[in-house]
Amino acid sequence: MIYSSIVFLPLIGALITGLFGKTIGARSSEILTSSLVSISAILSWVVLADVGWVNGANDDVVIILKWLTSGNLDLSWSIRIDTLTAVMLVVVNTVSAVVHFYSIGYMHEDPSRQRFFSYLSLFTFAMLMLVTSNNFMQLFFGWEGVGLASYLLIGFWHHKESANNAAMKAFIVNRVGDFGFALGIFCIFFIFGSLDFDYVFSNVKYMADQNIYILGYSFNSISFICILLFIGAMGKSAQFFLHTWLPDAMEGPTPVSALIHAATMVTAGVFLVARCSPLYEMAPNVMSFIVFIGATTAIFAASVALVQNDIKRVIAYSTCSQLGYMFVALGLGAYQVGIFHLFTHAFFKALLFLGAGSVIHAMSNEQDMRNMGGLRKHIPKTYILMLVGTLALTGFGIPGIFGMAGFYSKDAIVEAAFATNLAISSYAFTMLVLAAFMTSFYSWRLVFMTFHGTPRASQDVISHIHESPNIMLVPLVVLVLGAILSGYLFYDSFIYHDFKEFWAGSIYILKENNILKDLHYVPTIVKWTPTLMMVLGLSLAYYFYIRKPNIPSKIASDQEVLYNFLLNKWYFDEIYDFLFVKPAVRIGRLFWKAGDENIINRYGPDGISKQVVRVTKRMVQLQSGLIYHYAFSMIIGLSIFITFYIIIGRG
Amino acid sequence: MIALNHYLVLASILFVIGIFGVFLNKKNIIIILMSIELMLLAVNINFVAFSSHLNDIMGQIFSLLILTVAAAEAAIGLAILVIYFRNKGSISVDDINEMKG
Amino acid sequence: MIVVSTLFYLFSFIMIASAFMVVLSRNPVHSVLFLILCFFNSAGIFLLLGAEFLAFILVIVYVGAVAVLFLFVVMMLDVEFKSITTSVISYLPIGMTIGFIVLAELILVLFTWNRDDVKSMSYSTENIEQISNTEMLGMVLYTDNILFFQLAGLILLASMIGAIVLTVNHRPSAKRQNISVQVDRDPKESIKNIDVKPGSGI
Repeated sequence: MIYSSIVFLPLIGALITGLFGKTIGARSSEILTSSLVSISAILSWVVLADVGWVNGANDDVVIILKWLTSGNLDLSWSIRIDTLTAVMLVVVNTVSAVVHFYSIGYMHEDPSRQRFFSYLSLFTFAMLMLVTSNNFMQLFFGWEGVGLASYLLIGFWHHKESANNAAMKAFIVNRVGDFGFALGIFCIFFIFGSLDFDYVFSNVKYMADQNIYILGYSFNSISFICILLFIGAMGKSAQFFLHTWLPDAMEGPTPVSALIHAATMVTAGVFLVARCSPLYEMAPNVMSFIVFIGATTAIFAASVALVQNDIKRVIAYSTCSQLGYMFVALGLGAYQVGIFHLFTHAFFKALLFLGAGSVIHAMSNEQDMRNMGGLRKHIPKTYILMLVGTLALTGFGIPGIFGMAGFYSKDAIVEAAFATNLAISSYAFTMLVLAAFMTSFYSWRLVFMTFHGTPRASQDVISHIHESPNIMLVPLVVLVLGAILSGYLFYDSFIYHDFKEFWAGSIYILKENNILKDLHYVPTIVKWTPTLMMVLGLSLAYYFYIRKPNIPSKIASDQEVLYNFLLNKWYFDEIYDFLFVKPAVRIGRLFWKAGDENIINRYGPDGISKQVVRVTKRMVQLQSGLIYHYAFSMIIGLSIFITFYIIIGRG
Repeated sequence: MIALNHYLVLASILFVIGIFGVFLNKKNIIIILMSIELMLLAVNINFVAFSSHLNDIMGQIFSLLILTVAAAEAAIGLAILVIYFRNKGSISVDDINEMKG
Repeated sequence: MIVVSTLFYLFSFIMIASAFMVVLSRNPVHSVLFLILCFFNSAGIFLLLGAEFLAFILVIVYVGAVAVLFLFVVMMLDVEFKSITTSVISYLPIGMTIGFIVLAELILVLFTWNRDDVKSMSYSTENIEQISNTEMLGMVLYTDNILFFQLAGLILLASMIGAIVLTVNHRPSAKRQNISVQVDRDPKESIKNIDVKPGSGI
């Protein structure tokens, strides 16, 4: 009962607001959806406490409806509750509830906010379907559902052309990933004969040596499946090659960015890999590939974030980079660490996004950091929030005593990278350390450029600066608590002493996989490295942006090529445009002009209409209006009849 | 002895000539009306020939009725022609193409 | 017998020739006259067949009324003489072809038809020497076929009314009496009492 209500309350909110939003009014829709999602959030904390600590993990499966039965395929809508699900439920519902309340204030002047709230609740429902799924098909349903909700929300201001383009870009790039995912599901069905999680995971060890034959080549079947599933995760979580949609997705309203692109949708890929841990443990090659991609993403995104000027883009690239961290953790076999980082990251990244939303709201929708500055005195509460978020992100803490959330999770990943002795892990370790340095640098750069220094905004804007209303600030307190305390409180349960009892059967690791134990016994210098990087980044940022503010522009003009390379996101958009977009447009145009218009139209509708006209023109000449013509045709008809009857005869 | 066939052949020749009169003339409408009279006459000959050779009087009765109808139709046709000439001023066949579609 | 054959061939030959001339002659008055000749010859044919009543009726009604009517109209309409134009020549081949086809088929049918299949004989005419054709017609027409007789009368009535209605031309300047309006006059609206002062008019 509790499980069903957690999942379906947001759906009810979405349906009522979506269908009757105009009738019940904006105020009621806001209150309805926010309260329903908050109930879901409170219930999910209860469930987490129940599953994680109180009653011990029990793999509860609640079957809701039978879906379809076709041959060997037997699917049903069901809710699976184990620890992994409970953690994700908490993350999704908490951030969603906070975002709902925040949006009441942020979208206050928007005329179509019923639609917004309905989409937010719809998204929450789809994400909940995804995380509580018990078979691959329902997971795919949730996967597609969040993609759809993301499209709707990014393009919420649909009269803006850039928003429309960004929404389409997000959906299409996700589609590429979804295609790989779908192929993976097909392979799973082909190899295992069923899509049920329990069935598939318990039979993995029997299929581990099977080969699958595709196009004349044979691959190890489990590795093939895993790489296809990972392609799906790459699309959804904006990893290295399929990342181009994430920065453009900032066209949507800020609460959307906080909910979808910081805490929930982009973490669906991480969830997928963690959920399929039995599969991935049997495919070590794919895991190395995941580590490689994750590390490359981390360093790539961090490097690009160094020079971005839009406040939301910096945070977006930061998300991208942190997702790379999570995938590195997953690829190394430390699934629990990856999920732990997901858990903490949700809190402080959402906090950062919503704080940035406050800044944008205060600056009358100004998003360029070059036009901000010195806001510390004007909006002190927002300043404190952003400060907490940045400290959490950069991993401020002292090993052994206390740290903010990011300190525990991020450092655990770095330690894990050091502790494994795969070939790829040294690459990962170097990249992650560098990325930590860059993370600290750009995060503090953001804070200093926005809140410190001399105000660079126009007088008009400065006179309008106002602190956000309480409805926007109070929910952020929840996130602040999470950002500060979630690391310290949950460290033991997630990845230290009690992790076996906490996770129980929800994440499967091989017996040889001791990474969770090894990561705690790395040399002390490795434990201090991330903190060191954080301090270095902080001081460099301080030097560049407070002491000598003219240095950054000088470096930019000196190293023009490097600066442009980073500013243009390593020219990925241009490369993809050249490789994929333009040929696709050309092929489409070819089919349209030559195929559709010339061939099909010419022989189809146009051809037929021309023939009809031609034939009727001839026919019209028969009606000359002259009587003797008509009489003549009558006689001809008569003679034909007579001839017919004489020759054929009628007996 | 004139067999029945001879009369029938005669009638059919007249009939065909009448048909030709309808559309082989380019002069005026009256020729058409006269050709119709020729056709009716041919049919009359047919009826009377059959009536005489089969000893059946009904043929002649019917021929009488055909005569009646022919007279009535000629009257009406000519009346229409007169009105048409009054309105259009020409009864050349080529000019009567108002039904041209 | 020889006389009958000769007469038959004579009549039929002239009839066919005059039929051709009806269609092909240039002067429409000539066409009408040839039509009259045709009718006369067919009256002769009817006489050969023993239907003398019909033959004379043909002459009286057809020639005397219908053909004369044609002549009247031809004269009235003042039609121009026109020769056969070239467009007729273009029609001629196909017209001839069709005509020959129709004619040949008709004749073919006639010569292969078996006369013994025909049964009729509703009214016997064996005693044709005793009763004249007229009396025989009368015996049948006014008794069993009275309906046809009355219908023929109705058809003539309809055509008469039709011809009059089509061609009547009321001239607006001609004065006519409208009896119903005259009878309907009310003294109240047609007479006005006016007191006239002596010496002044109305």
